[in-house]
Amino acid sequence: MPGPGVGPSLPCGPPTPHSWGPAMTLELKAVTKKVGGEPHIYETSLTFEVGGFNILLGATNAGKSTLIKLMAGLERPSSGEIWAEGRNVTGLNPQKRRIALVHQFFVNYPHMSVFDNIASPLRVQGMPEDEVKTRVQEAADILKLGPMLARRPQELSGGQQQRTALARAIVKDATAIFLDEPLANLDYKLREELRDQLPELLGDRGTVVVYATSEPTEALLLGGHTALLHEGRVSQFGPTTAIYRAPADLTSARVFSDPPINLAEVEKKGDRMHLGALHWQVAAEAAALRDGPYTMGIRPHHITPTEPEGDTVRITGDVQITELSGSESVAHFAVGPTSWVSLAAGIHPYRVGEAHDFFMVPGHCYYFAPDGALAARGRLHHG
Amino acid sequence: MAKIGLDKLRHSYLPTPKAPEDYALKEIDLEWTDGGAYALLGPSGCGKSTLLNIISGLLTPSEGRILFDGADVTDLPPDKRNIAQVFQFPVIYDTMTVYDNLAFPLRNRGVEETRVDARVREIATMLELEDRLTTRAANLTPDNKQKISMGRGLVRDDVNVIMFDEPLTVIDPELKWKLRSKLKELHQRIEVTMIYVTHDQTEALTFADQVVVMQDGVIVQIGTPEELFERPRHTFVGHFIGSPGMNILPCEVQGARAAFRGALVALEGPIERIGTRTEIGIRPEYVRLAADGIPATVRKAADIGRHTVVEAVAGETVINAIIAGPPPERGTEVHLALEPRQTRLYADGWIATEAGAP
Repeated sequence: MPGPGVGPSLPCGPPTPHSWGPAMTLELKAVTKKVGGEPHIYETSLTFEVGGFNILLGATNAGKSTLIKLMAGLERPSSGEIWAEGRNVTGLNPQKRRIALVHQFFVNYPHMSVFDNIASPLRVQGMPEDEVKTRVQEAADILKLGPMLARRPQELSGGQQQRTALARAIVKDATAIFLDEPLANLDYKLREELRDQLPELLGDRGTVVVYATSEPTEALLLGGHTALLHEGRVSQFGPTTAIYRAPADLTSARVFSDPPINLAEVEKKGDRMHLGALHWQVAAEAAALRDGPYTMGIRPHHITPTEPEGDTVRITGDVQITELSGSESVAHFAVGPTSWVSLAAGIHPYRVGEAHDFFMVPGHCYYFAPDGALAARGRLHHG
Repeated sequence: MAKIGLDKLRHSYLPTPKAPEDYALKEIDLEWTDGGAYALLGPSGCGKSTLLNIISGLLTPSEGRILFDGADVTDLPPDKRNIAQVFQFPVIYDTMTVYDNLAFPLRNRGVEETRVDARVREIATMLELEDRLTTRAANLTPDNKQKISMGRGLVRDDVNVIMFDEPLTVIDPELKWKLRSKLKELHQRIEVTMIYVTHDQTEALTFADQVVVMQDGVIVQIGTPEELFERPRHTFVGHFIGSPGMNILPCEVQGARAAFRGALVALEGPIERIGTRTEIGIRPEYVRLAADGIPATVRKAADIGRHTVVEAVAGETVINAIIAGPPPERGTEVHLALEPRQTRLYADGWIATEAGAP
């Protein structure tokens, strides 16, 4: 459905899988963004497609919001191009792009009813009122806001307010929806509920969905594809589960781990890895590595307070910090200069300041070369 | 430091409350030991802030008494109760230095300067603010402002209780977990009674030795984090604690077992009573995919690295299972087996089975 606009109107790239129109993709072509001479986004090329979520995962200030603003047309890139539906939209105003944006803070008009809030983008387009009504009703039904249409936003719960903002995003038939940490300000139960519904609400609408989050677990729950962002650079992009299992480098492994991945400097000598006084037989895939220094990475859930079966390495350390989520326990402990984090299912009553035994299975380790690239990963990482 | 007692507390914001739903707090009886770490946990509107305001004296309850070490303080104004409070947003003096902010609650009570200095430095060190003492508070980040706010709450060691009202709301997510366990550590060191109000399960469970879970103005359970996770006394607790929360399956009782959509399910122990509405409660951690069991269809499954979360539906009922191994395809017909020792019966929301033999 490309209309005349800025840039060539011919679709480019590989042929589209859709029979009904040009490729519904959103593409960043060598995009950079500098603010006051300072690079905020380093050269980035990415293609986001319809179907499934495209997740931008990174810490605060990693560049997620900047990338979204660039794609939505709220900011212009310093160099590079943005293409949507096969045409260059780089210089186009957000109003001229068929996009929708949902922020972390629910932006609703307080003086308008829920109905009028959802209707507002359609009325701006000058849509006839009877069609507005049909569309608003449809979006409200999807987001279970039917009974709330006459109310004002402040009479709604936080979850309902955010659903109103979401309804406004889906009502206008956008070709791309950008969600910038949309659940960050909700109570965790509401967050859980909405996160569970979002893929159904947004996934099958023929829309490119880009979703920014700082929570690795949220990315895994939403699935789709993930771009890992760190200090303005995309360190890895691919199917969410696949890049979680096979981080390309140290940065990607760090970005995609919650709690933080355990990292330690190790030395390979023959068929054994050495870490201080600990040492273990290297797993098959790492056996071919040259002797020398590596950075070992192991995820917190692979450091367990109960001994698993098979070859294990026992690590005994003083518990320094503990944390209990509703169904999991985290313990931070130290052995000499190395700090470790363990994540275990269930509630474990650790005593802070006391020594506990933890166990690690070498087959779960990643080894990174001195330049940060992944050198080997344990045989136990399936998929 | 004090033992805190709440005796038949009820509160309504209406002038002439009649029905139970007119009460924001429906009858609270509670005794908190001196020096304990407690959390009030519940969703917004559950009554936890009302309760906090009653303890601090900002609100006078419609009925009942508040006792500090057995002495009735119900009619005492907040400043006579000798308590410290930390609010959601930083309460500090922007024009003062960090040092003077921390010293203020002590100087205000005429504590001598050498003692003030020792306490301020001690608290600043605990909160990792010792190199900021001469900085003007206005120049700090929101995180550090809130740390000072906490420090002002912690600096006096003669208070009856320190109360925290959602103190980590403005803290950056990446710092939150550090401050959470910092507070726990601080409690272990200074041993003052602390009450922490939050809607966040991780904050409550991490901080408190005893968690008070509230819903609709009622305390639904008081327990250790293990107790709340392992054996929720109410379906609300099962749902609210844990991600995903406990599965709740409407059922009928047949002899010593529960029947869900025709399938007979073994329970943890003997049934104590049956109400008008009975439900099976089981955590996703104890549901397995098996050769036989409750027939269900996979609606969604996500491999989240440490495990796979499977969302299956049996009729209208959603059942989550946490399993090892790769996620089954959407639409797969599966059978769900429930671990009998973790399968509880709830009658009208309240637990109705006795724990089985260990």
